[in-house]
Amino acid sequence: MTTYRLRINGVERAIDSSDPDQPLLYGLRSVGLTATKFGCGLGQCGACSVLVDRRPTRSCLTTIADTQGKSVVTLEGLGSMAAPHPVQAAFIKEQVPQCGYCTSGMIISAVALLAEKPKPTEDDIRASLEGNLCRCGTHVRVIRAVMAASGQGG
Amino acid sequence: MTVPLTQHRLADGPTRRAIVQGGALMVGFALAGVPTRARAATGDAGPRPVDPNEVDSFLAVNGDGTVTVFCGKVDLGQGLRIAMRQIAGEELGIGIDMIKYIEGDTTLTPDQGRTSGSNGIQRGGMQLRRAAATARQALIELAAQRLNAAPDDLVAKDGEVRPNNGGAGIKFAELIGGRNFKIKLNPKAPLKDPATYTLVGKPLPRPDVPAKCTGGFTYMQDFSAPGMVHARVIRPPAIGAKLIGVDEASIKHLSGANVVRLKDFLAVIADDEWTAVRAARALRAQWSEWSGLPAQDKLIATLRADPEVTDEVLVTRGQQGPSAQSGAVSRSASYFWPMQSHGSIGPSCAVADVRSDAATVWTASQGTHGNRKTFARFLGLPEEKVRLIYLDGAGCYGMNGHEDAAADAAIVSRAVGRPVRVQWSRQDEHGWDPKGPPQLLDISGAVDPAGRILAWRTEMWLPQTTRGLPDIPLLGPAAAGLDNVRGLQPGLISQNADPPYTADNVQVLVHWLKDAPLRPAPIRSPGKPANCFAVESFTDELAAAAGLDPIEFRLSGLADPRGIEAIRRAAALMNWQSRPSSGANKSAPVMRGRGFAYVHYKHSESYVAMGMEVAVERGSGRIRVERVACAHDCGQIINPDGVRAQVEGSILQTLSRVLMEEVQFDRSRVTSVDWSSYPILRFPDVPKLDIVLIDRPTQPPLGAGEAACSPVGAALANAVFDATGARLRTVPFTPDRVKVALSAV
Repeated sequence: MTTYRLRINGVERAIDSSDPDQPLLYGLRSVGLTATKFGCGLGQCGACSVLVDRRPTRSCLTTIADTQGKSVVTLEGLGSMAAPHPVQAAFIKEQVPQCGYCTSGMIISAVALLAEKPKPTEDDIRASLEGNLCRCGTHVRVIRAVMAASGQGG
Repeated sequence: MTVPLTQHRLADGPTRRAIVQGGALMVGFALAGVPTRARAATGDAGPRPVDPNEVDSFLAVNGDGTVTVFCGKVDLGQGLRIAMRQIAGEELGIGIDMIKYIEGDTTLTPDQGRTSGSNGIQRGGMQLRRAAATARQALIELAAQRLNAAPDDLVAKDGEVRPNNGGAGIKFAELIGGRNFKIKLNPKAPLKDPATYTLVGKPLPRPDVPAKCTGGFTYMQDFSAPGMVHARVIRPPAIGAKLIGVDEASIKHLSGANVVRLKDFLAVIADDEWTAVRAARALRAQWSEWSGLPAQDKLIATLRADPEVTDEVLVTRGQQGPSAQSGAVSRSASYFWPMQSHGSIGPSCAVADVRSDAATVWTASQGTHGNRKTFARFLGLPEEKVRLIYLDGAGCYGMNGHEDAAADAAIVSRAVGRPVRVQWSRQDEHGWDPKGPPQLLDISGAVDPAGRILAWRTEMWLPQTTRGLPDIPLLGPAAAGLDNVRGLQPGLISQNADPPYTADNVQVLVHWLKDAPLRPAPIRSPGKPANCFAVESFTDELAAAAGLDPIEFRLSGLADPRGIEAIRRAAALMNWQSRPSSGANKSAPVMRGRGFAYVHYKHSESYVAMGMEVAVERGSGRIRVERVACAHDCGQIINPDGVRAQVEGSILQTLSRVLMEEVQFDRSRVTSVDWSSYPILRFPDVPKLDIVLIDRPTQPPLGAGEAACSPVGAALANAVFDATGARLRTVPFTPDRVKVALSAV
């Protein structure tokens, strides 16, 4: 058993694992951070997206060993019901989620986009969220929420 | 170690005690919001009433003035949690924030049937409305006695009954708080006048959204029970393969991992999830060969030639026999809709705690109550000893792998004597979720030059529905040799196979197929997207044959004023200019066109009219849907934002199915087992949506979760025809298929 030290949502944490190849996803969920979802384990759907050193990252393909010493932000770390992050607030205002299983990954990807491009066009949003799948068909609300979070439209 | 079934109970060691404690914790969790003070007041700690004829099954007035609504229909993301509160709060006379809510628990909520068929509001919601109206009448009568007033002079509002003309009222809690109503639903209890509604019809926000956006929401996949182990089920490499042998030494290097085998049912367990994943990957097992699937490239011919069919005439209207009229044009065409996956973003998951005398199963199934009988049967327990509790999973849109995962968890839990969590892999979900069935339709008909349909005949090949089947057969019990139902349950897939328009004679004949290539199950709007695709495409073919504008052609054969209004509203959104299809720009590198389709869902429910604007790239064969316009009439709207979200979702999900989706298989198994081999719609493919909701407050509310799926295929095919002159009659409309169709023009 090896202990891996990560900074998760601003807090230093130790995660034990017997396998250095264990994906970060399972490490996060094992310490109760379950907002980050298992969707495919193949990096194809975006449900497990987190920020690793501010970069959007598929936690199902990133190993716990590779994340050692890095800073990880999950949906829980962005904001809370009482004090949501602007992107979370916009998703709530636009009533984006239906089942909501993809929502965590969507919000993380949108936060990463806005950090790089504070005033994206609709096409920018479509392009940067192309790797995030939604089955309920909430796409038009996601786009509207990201536009609103960037202070455009809405 | 292999755990044989006979050793299925641990002795009363520490683990068992932990489970018992866990059980108590879980009950506490499940009972959150139950009127405990009510129980204390009456000393009634017995089971809650769940008879759907009893008011108490739906509603409890708590001692603290809140009301708890008990709902047998579950919220899958379609917004019942707010809509049901709106219905109950409106009819009872209490604010939304005073309503607690419990759903989908066989011990606590009434059996209102599966959450399916777009019936949540129109059936389940109306039962609740009736219960609340009956309760309001009872509260008013109780207050009338206390106030020495006539019931007609009293009103229930803001959680109290008070005189119409002002003055002090009595709170609901004072009237009955903590006690049962002990009355049956009264079908004659007066309902509120929709003109006085303050909650119904408002776009109130869904209560689960904030937690879903900030990470605090507990999905099925996030739930854990104390003492729980993680399991993965290993499905065979071929659908009908038998398990010959297991090499348990192959996972010896994984500390704590164990094998569970029951006949052909094979699973691994471990204390932590990642070890279970590794064990499932590492375990070596030997399976028999099996190759019983039909050849996919010959599927249509196989269905058509199936000798084991039962024929049924579903519709016969008008005089039969050919209408011989001068100038009449005849057409015939064949349409095909392939097998499709529910495509849930999260693979199925469940937790079960099965003991020798009782079982609790946490499941994301849409059929919590219906599953009870099935689970009791294969677990060999009395029905009342099996409790199923709903937790949200990833959207399932019918019946994905949720039920199977729950059965898997129950089987492993029974075998190991501990609570067990089973999480399917992506490959499990795509490979093994029951599939939307294949649908083949031949349609022939004739039209006169004025646009009158002289004759219409639909002939369909569809997998049959086994009569009286309570559930579909589940994978786990079948593999483990446990008692399992046999048969097919694809849903009501034969509806809307006849046109909604006037025709001199109409016949619909179905050849019920005895079997289906892959295990079928209902998938959103069962059967109707395919049937409406065929019927509304063929309608367009007749309009084109008569040289008439597609909308005028439809309107000329339609008498239903609500249908007519839906069509006119959608046409207005499209700024539709009258002309026949196809259009004029058929030689351009990018061809643009518009298409239209209409459905009166199940010929008895919601009305949907839909227009589409598309661009078709000649070189690549790619279709770009640029805009979808939809007019939607589902009667009285409970929550307009909820309806709008459902219509948006219906359109986009079905566009995905029509443009991209087809389950791939070889002779042994499904081969499209991830998102690259089974692609779905992505952000760059999403069109602009213009939706108009037609509210009819004095009409009964109808389903909004499915109807808008139905016209999508035909609206798109008709738009492609308008743009290119090419007819697409086989779903999905892949670029290769489009290119073939274009080359035939």
